[in-house]
Amino acid sequence: MKKGRRNFLKIAGISALGLGAKPVLDVFASSEEDAVVEAPAEPRIMRGPNAMTAPQWAMVIDTRKIESHSDVEPMIEACHKIHNVPEMPDKKHEIKWIWETEFKHAFPNLAGEYMSKRVEHLGLPVLCNHCENPPCVRVCPTKATFRNSQGIVMMDYHRCIGCRFCMAACPYGSRSFNFFDPKPHIEEENKKFPTRMRGVVEKCNFCAERLAVGRKPACVEASNGIMAFGDLHDPRSEVREIIDSNYTIRRKQNLGTRPAVYYII
Amino acid sequence: MLELAIKGSKKYYGWLAVVLAVIGAGFVTYLWQYFTGLGITGLSRDVSWGFYVAQLTFLVGVAAAAVMVVLPYYLHDYKAFGRITILAEFLAIPSVLMCLLFVLVDLGQPMRMLNVIFYPTPNSVLFWDMIVLNGYLLLNLVIGWNVLEAERHGVHYPHWVKPLIYISIPWAVSIHTVTAFLYAGLPGRGFWLTAIMAPRFLSSAFAAGPSLLILLCLLIRRISNFDPGREQIQSLAKIVTYAIILNVFFFLCEVFTVFYSQIPEHMDHFKYLFVGYHGHGALIPWMWTAMGLMVFAIIMLVIPSVRRNEATLAIACIAIFIGTWIDKGLGLISAGFIPNPLHEVTEYIPTVPEIIITLGVYGIGALVLTVLYKMAISIKEGEASA
Ligand code: SF4
Ligand code: SF4
Ligand code: SF4
Repeated sequence: MKKGRRNFLKIAGISALGLGAKPVLDVFASSEEDAVVEAPAEPRIMRGPNAMTAPQWAMVIDTRKIESHSDVEPMIEACHKIHNVPEMPDKKHEIKWIWETEFKHAFPNLAGEYMSKRVEHLGLPVLCNHCENPPCVRVCPTKATFRNSQGIVMMDYHRCIGCRFCMAACPYGSRSFNFFDPKPHIEEENKKFPTRMRGVVEKCNFCAERLAVGRKPACVEASNGIMAFGDLHDPRSEVREIIDSNYTIRRKQNLGTRPAVYYII
Repeated sequence: MLELAIKGSKKYYGWLAVVLAVIGAGFVTYLWQYFTGLGITGLSRDVSWGFYVAQLTFLVGVAAAAVMVVLPYYLHDYKAFGRITILAEFLAIPSVLMCLLFVLVDLGQPMRMLNVIFYPTPNSVLFWDMIVLNGYLLLNLVIGWNVLEAERHGVHYPHWVKPLIYISIPWAVSIHTVTAFLYAGLPGRGFWLTAIMAPRFLSSAFAAGPSLLILLCLLIRRISNFDPGREQIQSLAKIVTYAIILNVFFFLCEVFTVFYSQIPEHMDHFKYLFVGYHGHGALIPWMWTAMGLMVFAIIMLVIPSVRRNEATLAIACIAIFIGTWIDKGLGLISAGFIPNPLHEVTEYIPTVPEIIITLGVYGIGALVLTVLYKMAISIKEGEASA
């Protein structure tokens, strides 16, 4: 009761400040000291006072800095741990928000028979590209997948009917489906982030819940400078500075999806 | 009118019992899937649609039998088909019903199904598919029921039914087109990304649907006192002949574009289906069987004497039905996912529970078809004896 009231006041306060976020997001992101956050019926992310906002978030991954598997592993660890991504026993039912793959799989249309040995054996991280023109959003029959005002392609796990149309539509295999109840397969549950139920789709959310409290995505923090994150529309942002001064590529650019994850090879 | 469906012979009840047993098995298995998750199927992260969605795709085609009878009768005043329009409309009802059930059993969260209506999303083809399928079901129910009821009382059906009949014709085309658009508009799936998809759906539908109707007509003649008529069956046979030839032609058009252009994203799926891709090729024997059956049926049907002989016609119809089923109900959906967008291969084979649930849905279709046909035939028999 007391806690509910406190939360209510906080929401009211934030709303009064004009910071109340309209879009329905997947978690109630409150200030750090709140130990447990019950997921309300339709969870929203309310932006905290330190929230970072941008009209289009973007990421740059500098694969030149990747030397081995152990450079990528921490990013995957960090993400999957805080987001309660389960470790499913059968590979067919695998859930992954970010994972490591070879160049020829990440960029099937660019890989050739002969290429630089470094690139050929490179293991690079792939995740949802938060496309500016996302086919997954276009096909979703319930708006459970939607693009928010910051250019993040979000999922509402409470609305998703599990039709998997979005999985057929995503040209990057970024989405996973909960074929079984994921909870028994979560090693150590992070109580600050909701777990999912069986029968819904999930994927990387660009750490919207962290941005709401002014923190960069977990994978970026864990990447040791391999990943950069920032506002694509701001010419002075870190990502724009890198993009403006390096040759970057995006996955399957020819499909017109306009991915917001850039790679330097 | 339903009372006509509960008066029947021992054989009729025996058949109903078999169908109910199949439905029961399917239902129990579905409960298992409902409470544990879609993990009991052969589906995977890479092949996220499979048998269920494929049956939906195939059955949308079977529902088309109706329009191939309704159109000549109402638009071209081809009187002979008046005798069997009701059979065609009543075949469409269970077909579409099964389509909807296959969508339902494929959902991860079926209880939230109504979210499609609560949050209508016109940019989603699935939203439109739901509208056209439900609409077609309703149209055929209303039309079939009223026409039959009128026939029973020897009067003309109410006038307001006529516009519905006209609407049902383009509507039938829409169910295929929209279902094809589910697949044909996805950027990363080279196998489906082709404008010929909707025409291929229509042609295979107009072959498979009327083929099944021919088989049903032959069966009805055997087990009841109502004869759907030789001329009717022969006219349907001509429709089937044209449709199956078109179907194979459209397929070859696609094969030409894909293999002459040599674009890997489009070729790889065909390779997987017909010759194997990087050592994977679970469907190779099936696909060649399907092609063989369709070509065999074409050869049979274009020979007039073979087509006119009802025994050989039946064989050709069975060949077409199985051939188009393999093509759409087995190959079309899973091959779109193999290889996946990252050019990795995860194969897909439906599991036993998945097949039992599928059979259960087909059982519901068979039950509804039996009941509807029983009513229609009882009335037709009554007319014949009166
Ligand atoms: S990468 Fe896939 S899931 Fe992510 S926004 Fe693009 S289409 Fe959607
Ligand atoms: S599975 Fe969920 S998120 Fe994906 S299209 Fe269906 S309703 Fe939308
Ligand atoms: S941005 Fe956040 S959710 Fe996405 S992969 Fe990185 S850590 Fe995971």
